[in-house]
Amino acid sequence: MLLKSNPWVRCIVGMLLMFSNSAWAEWAVNLSPGATEISREVYDLHMIVFWISVWIGVVVFGVMFWSVFAHRKSKGAVASQFHESTVVELIWTAIPFAILVAMAIPATATLIKVYDSSEAKIDVKVTGYQWKWHYDYMNEKVSFFSNLQTSQDEIYNRAPKGENYLLEVDEPLVIPAKTKVRFLFTANDVIHSWWVPDLAVKRDAIPGFVNESWTYVDQPGTYRGQCAELCGKDHGFMPIVVVVKEQDDYQKWMKERQALASKERELKDKKFSKEQLMTRGEEAYAKNCAGCHNIDGTGIPPQFPALKGSQMAIADKAGHLDIVINGKPGTYMAAFGPQLSEVDLAAIITYERNAWGNNTGDVIQPIEIVKFKAGK
Amino acid sequence: MSAVIDVHDHGHHGPARGLMRWVLTTNHKDIGTMYLWFSFIMFLTGGAMAMIIRAELFEPGMQLIEPEFFNQMTTMHGLIMVFGAVMPAFVGLANWQVPLMIGAPDMALPRLNNLSFWILPFAFALLLSTLFMEAGAPNFGWTFYAPLSTTYAPSTVTFFIFGVHIMGASSIMGAINIIATILNMRAPGMTLMKMPLFVWTWLITAYLLIAVMPVLAGVVTMMLMDIHFGTSFFSAAGGGDPVLFQHVFWFFGHPEVYIMILPAFGIVSQIIPTFSRKKLFGYTSMVYATSSIAFLSFLVWAHHMFTVGMPLAGELFFMYSTMLIAVPTGVKVFNWVTTMFKGSLSFETPMLFSCAFVVLFTLGGFSGLMLAIAPVDFQYHDTYFVVAHFHYVLVPGAIFGIFAAVYYWLPKWCGHMYDETLAKLHFWLSFVGMNLAFFPMHFVGLAGMPRRIPDYALQFADFNQISSVGAFMFGATQWLFLYIVIKTIRGGKEATQEVWENPEGLEWTVPSPAPYHTFSTPPEVK
Ligand code: HEC
Ligand SMILES: [Cu+2]
Repeated sequence: MLLKSNPWVRCIVGMLLMFSNSAWAEWAVNLSPGATEISREVYDLHMIVFWISVWIGVVVFGVMFWSVFAHRKSKGAVASQFHESTVVELIWTAIPFAILVAMAIPATATLIKVYDSSEAKIDVKVTGYQWKWHYDYMNEKVSFFSNLQTSQDEIYNRAPKGENYLLEVDEPLVIPAKTKVRFLFTANDVIHSWWVPDLAVKRDAIPGFVNESWTYVDQPGTYRGQCAELCGKDHGFMPIVVVVKEQDDYQKWMKERQALASKERELKDKKFSKEQLMTRGEEAYAKNCAGCHNIDGTGIPPQFPALKGSQMAIADKAGHLDIVINGKPGTYMAAFGPQLSEVDLAAIITYERNAWGNNTGDVIQPIEIVKFKAGK
Repeated sequence: MSAVIDVHDHGHHGPARGLMRWVLTTNHKDIGTMYLWFSFIMFLTGGAMAMIIRAELFEPGMQLIEPEFFNQMTTMHGLIMVFGAVMPAFVGLANWQVPLMIGAPDMALPRLNNLSFWILPFAFALLLSTLFMEAGAPNFGWTFYAPLSTTYAPSTVTFFIFGVHIMGASSIMGAINIIATILNMRAPGMTLMKMPLFVWTWLITAYLLIAVMPVLAGVVTMMLMDIHFGTSFFSAAGGGDPVLFQHVFWFFGHPEVYIMILPAFGIVSQIIPTFSRKKLFGYTSMVYATSSIAFLSFLVWAHHMFTVGMPLAGELFFMYSTMLIAVPTGVKVFNWVTTMFKGSLSFETPMLFSCAFVVLFTLGGFSGLMLAIAPVDFQYHDTYFVVAHFHYVLVPGAIFGIFAAVYYWLPKWCGHMYDETLAKLHFWLSFVGMNLAFFPMHFVGLAGMPRRIPDYALQFADFNQISSVGAFMFGATQWLFLYIVIKTIRGGKEATQEVWENPEGLEWTVPSPAPYHTFSTPPEVK
């Protein structure tokens, strides 16, 4: 109990326990061996280099502390006068060099494996957005965004924080166990970096580039990670969750997603009531727009303008459609046309034109979005 | 001493009175003093930002500031500490000490010296003024990766770019001056291989500066073109390449980290022999090791970029070359330890800081070696493990080196001994605070906490709290340092000419305090 609650005790215990492997995992003071063959190899490499460093440290600092205690002037030590030895210099150049070669060999072997993404069964394209991830199962015609699920109330200390605070998303990436999955990374705006420690996969998602990596997870489970490259304001709020399912469960999940996707596509021809659009719009706005324009539409001036009372949202309807669908190049306002469904776009725009006192009474139907996209 | 001009006999050689003394001075001691004070002010400014960062990270959840401002703080903290605190401090030390150590009357280019100092305050005024602008300060990290720092940057990025240009110009002028001084103005008889190591390391550092500051200027100019003149160096949409930015930046950035550590190597190589009462072990190998580190520093830049998706051959090359740096660095550490071995040691404050330097810098070296292993770096990269690593090489490395140098030479500069008890207190509080602040960062980094995030998952809470307490302790302790320095300037026990017991070097052959003009007649070195 004391150990759990008192950070000071934990720190000291953590430092002491550094030397016992089993304790490391418990106290979260070390890398996790992870869930794949690669991650275990990486962990082993990490431990090898760590222990080599420890032993070099013991020898070097041992000599130093010995001198500090034994060769003090206050104890009457008289300085020797030696100050050069080519032989000694050669020895302590050669030995570290040999140790480095010994480390480089297994490191090279592991790196070669990490780089071999051939013969993957599934391709997932991972795209970094400010500040969410998009997953596209390239051969399955299924794709979706994955947003932070932790509420603003938890973040701003108005509600107790859940167990997976900041490490939970609305739609996790789902992959099958015992299958080689290849990831293709890119980004829509700035550089992000997709990192799941248990898979030992970290690769930058760079606009205009496609990077590759892969994983093969043995056991079903949930693995969590975060964006690892500073990508702006909410860099700390774009986690990654990977759910690994057994083959059968994965197939079932994929069927459901595909059915859902085709139903969504049909919706765009339907007509909705204002209430339906407002409800859906509020939800979609909170998920996609509130990060910058704020939940109450007041924005975060000066960088992110308010929508409450903005000319665009109360008058200029075409402009409103245009900026949401096509974005504004060179600013943080991204093009949401390719990101969201027509129904969501219609709902959000309807919501923005009627919420927070923007009482225009306008109702935008999905079909208008379709027409707008097709060039009026 | 015939080499010393008595100020009282030549009144016009003494310092002018009032403010204009400092504005117009071309005296290396005055300029050194200004550099050192400037760097200390920047150290406190950058430190205050670190305190804000650690206060926000004290607990999970957002408490004090918004994520946007948090990013401004991490960016400004890094820029100010690197360009405002560490680099000017070393230039200040070089100004004071290089002429004194090589027996020169002043720097070779005194007017350039004045200019290179006096443009610095303007550079930082430009940079800091952005904090008071509507768009806010730069928020893209001290590494300012494009396109976050170009297409997506706040409009104040232009102030940042011009600030960096001016800092770069200042550094280049300073470096030219130091090279010119060392190569042309050594006392008769002082061959290159008789130069004190501080002078050697600064000579090599100055060459690094001349080689890479133009690269930094180039990369920010490319940013400027992208932002204002429609080019697309770094914008993929226009056919540019965001990764190019990182290559150019780190081609500057990696040698830059050696620029911040080599002079500290020189400092401890002066101090350890003095307090071991024994000659430095392996002088020649120290010179060669420093040169090879400098050379290798140009071949390792992409080890900061193992995750950008380089081809396998590239990863392997940069992994091997980075590991290779451990060899000359190891030689240096072994030499310092062997210098202490069978010496006659005493532990005045400069020695305490130097011993801490050797141990803690080596710890930073070990984590550096771990980071060099490319497949494992995939796990470490952009986590708090990296933050721990570079704070271990920069705080007990560069900054402890600077503290050691100040305590070592302060009696020579102002003629009084500092208060040893307070100075030791300063050392121990800094030592404990710094380790409390940065050691737990290894743990949270390995456990999976990314760097540059304003809020974190619950399992990182305890160690972050300890880090924050350590950081507050380290930060508060630096006011004690200020007090000790002011107290020493204003009075204290008279320092003798030698200050320490039989120290080696020409600086100890002039009186304490060192007169305004020294070595007008060059000393003879045997
Ligand atoms: C990453 C931050 C960000 C997100 C997320 C974002 N916006 Fe914006 N938005 C901006 C910025 C910045 C501007 C101002 C662009 C400009 O004109 O410079 C803007 C402008 C706008 C405008 C025009 C406002 C005016 O008065 O000029 C509208 C309307 C708008 N956004 C709607 C949305 C909608 C709808 C969403 C969600 C689907 C959204 N935004 C998501 C950053 C964002
Ligand atoms: Cu990101």
